[in-house]
Amino acid sequence: MGSYLLRRVLLMVPVLLGTTFVIYAAVYALPGDPVQALAGPDHMVTPAAAAAIKAHYHLGDPFLVQYWHYLVGLLHGDFGIDLNNTPVSAVIEASWPVTVKLALMTWVIEAVVGVALGFLAALRAGRATDIAVLGGSSLILGVPYFITAYVAQVFLGVKLGWFPVSGTDDGWPLSYLVPALCLALLGVPEISRLTRASILENLGADFVDTATAKGLSRARVLVRHVLRTSLIPVVSMLGTNLGYLLSGTILIEGIFNLPGLGYQVFQSVQQHDGPTVVGISTLLVLVFLLVNLVVDLLYGVLDPRIRLD
Amino acid sequence: MTSALQPTAPAAAAEPAAAGPAARPGEPGTLRRLLRRPRFFLPLGVVVLLCAMAAVPSAFAGWFGHGDPHQCSLEHSGQGPAPGHPFGFDVQGCDLYSNVVHGARDSISIGLLTTALTLVVAVVLGSLAGYFGGVADMLISRLMDVFFGFPMLVGMIVVLETFSVHSILSVSLVLALFSWPVLTRIMRSSVLATRGLDYVTAARELGAGPVRILLRHAIPNAIMPVAVLTSINIGGVITAEASLTFLGVGLTAPAISWGVQLNSAQQYFTTHPGLLLFPALFLSLAVLSFVLLGDCLRDAFDPRLR
Repeated sequence: MGSYLLRRVLLMVPVLLGTTFVIYAAVYALPGDPVQALAGPDHMVTPAAAAAIKAHYHLGDPFLVQYWHYLVGLLHGDFGIDLNNTPVSAVIEASWPVTVKLALMTWVIEAVVGVALGFLAALRAGRATDIAVLGGSSLILGVPYFITAYVAQVFLGVKLGWFPVSGTDDGWPLSYLVPALCLALLGVPEISRLTRASILENLGADFVDTATAKGLSRARVLVRHVLRTSLIPVVSMLGTNLGYLLSGTILIEGIFNLPGLGYQVFQSVQQHDGPTVVGISTLLVLVFLLVNLVVDLLYGVLDPRIRLD
Repeated sequence: MTSALQPTAPAAAAEPAAAGPAARPGEPGTLRRLLRRPRFFLPLGVVVLLCAMAAVPSAFAGWFGHGDPHQCSLEHSGQGPAPGHPFGFDVQGCDLYSNVVHGARDSISIGLLTTALTLVVAVVLGSLAGYFGGVADMLISRLMDVFFGFPMLVGMIVVLETFSVHSILSVSLVLALFSWPVLTRIMRSSVLATRGLDYVTAARELGAGPVRILLRHAIPNAIMPVAVLTSINIGGVITAEASLTFLGVGLTAPAISWGVQLNSAQQYFTTHPGLLLFPALFLSLAVLSFVLLGDCLRDAFDPRLR
């Protein structure tokens, strides 16, 4: 077990170096003036702000030295400074709780709805319910989720007035409900398909016949034996999805004006505040890597069959 | 993954001239069977129609007599459907139907170009890693790990944010930069499975060089799992392009794409929902058709699912 943990953590190092290097090279090492490139062609950068950014990123030093400073800064929680010379970490501090709340709520919806639909479809395999779940998930996958979000905002919020559709004035959970439902549309089809396939595979297994032969009720066999065994791959997928959710809320937060990390990226893109976009995005990449690492480690603990070769 | 290609192996061996892009087991039959299913020919029809629309938009845009997307008059700004203007007008007073039709070109071009780039990279790098193994495999696999470490949308936002030119080519390049690892990983394992098969060994013993073996034997027999994913991939790329453009880092204003139309509809959708709904409808139809078509092709041709 110890060596598995160690190897998984060590494997993370080149990936961490690689991702930060790609970001750094793309942003600060391209030919031309990186400060102007970040601000966009039409944006005037004050000489003071430009000088501050140049000093902050050591842009006068050799390339690898610059990258080293940048990497050390990241590990100390330094995500750069924006065009108004305020640290991006201040923005991050103010906005991360919103993103975490939205992501967790979405995650719970995905897990509950996805597993329930998959379970239902598997029990009715080949019949109308199954076909409806399958067809519905294809439809949902085919329509880009930000469009569904907009349509939901127009109809549920503006036309019908059932839900708050902008901002967080109504607090948790009301303000987060529609955004979380829209975001969950990405994960529910995947989760339900996987649950269905996994349950169908286990329904024919010997241990199910044994449990039935012992005289257990159908419900008990299904829930305690079939469902429990079938959820192992689903749990793994849910883990990966959490990483995607924490880093994938940009469009939804932008559409519903939820002031989280994604919203800040959305706003900064529109205002051509490049350093903020890059700073927060880098954090999102690191969170994604970290969540995946934790999920892999936990999965190794939960299911002893999973080991790195 | 070694079992991935088992079903093709005996079929290839059964054929006397198995070299080259040999006809796959039952391929004409499969195609004919597919064409009879509505699940296949409906999305195929829509895809063909949209591609035609992208190739010659003027042939479709003029159906109602106002085919020029740039012929606008502000007095009609945001008005609803009128005779000759079935979708109404956008904020600039341009005919919305004609704009939506012309939007097909950029979205579908980016979908096709990105997928072509991704496919080339996946086949080249996947074959190198899968066939040669060793150092090449290690380098390519670690590079894939790095790109798998990015949440895709976030990575593309960072890179596009630093680009000053947002053209079809630059957006496609960035999309391809972050989407190649998925197909490359599949190609790698597919070539890996082919490498040990008898006809490859036979070719090697007969003195064929690695280039000849890869081009004539390994790649044609290993490419199927990747090829069946292209249609789904096009759907995904079109969604990604629309998301990025909608966000403001993709294509920008003089370009007419569905993403650009959705982006400019953001501020007006409460008063003019049509500005949002019509481009969204076409975009969804396009993505849905490519994805459904891809699902169907995968079910029919991917031996793993047989």
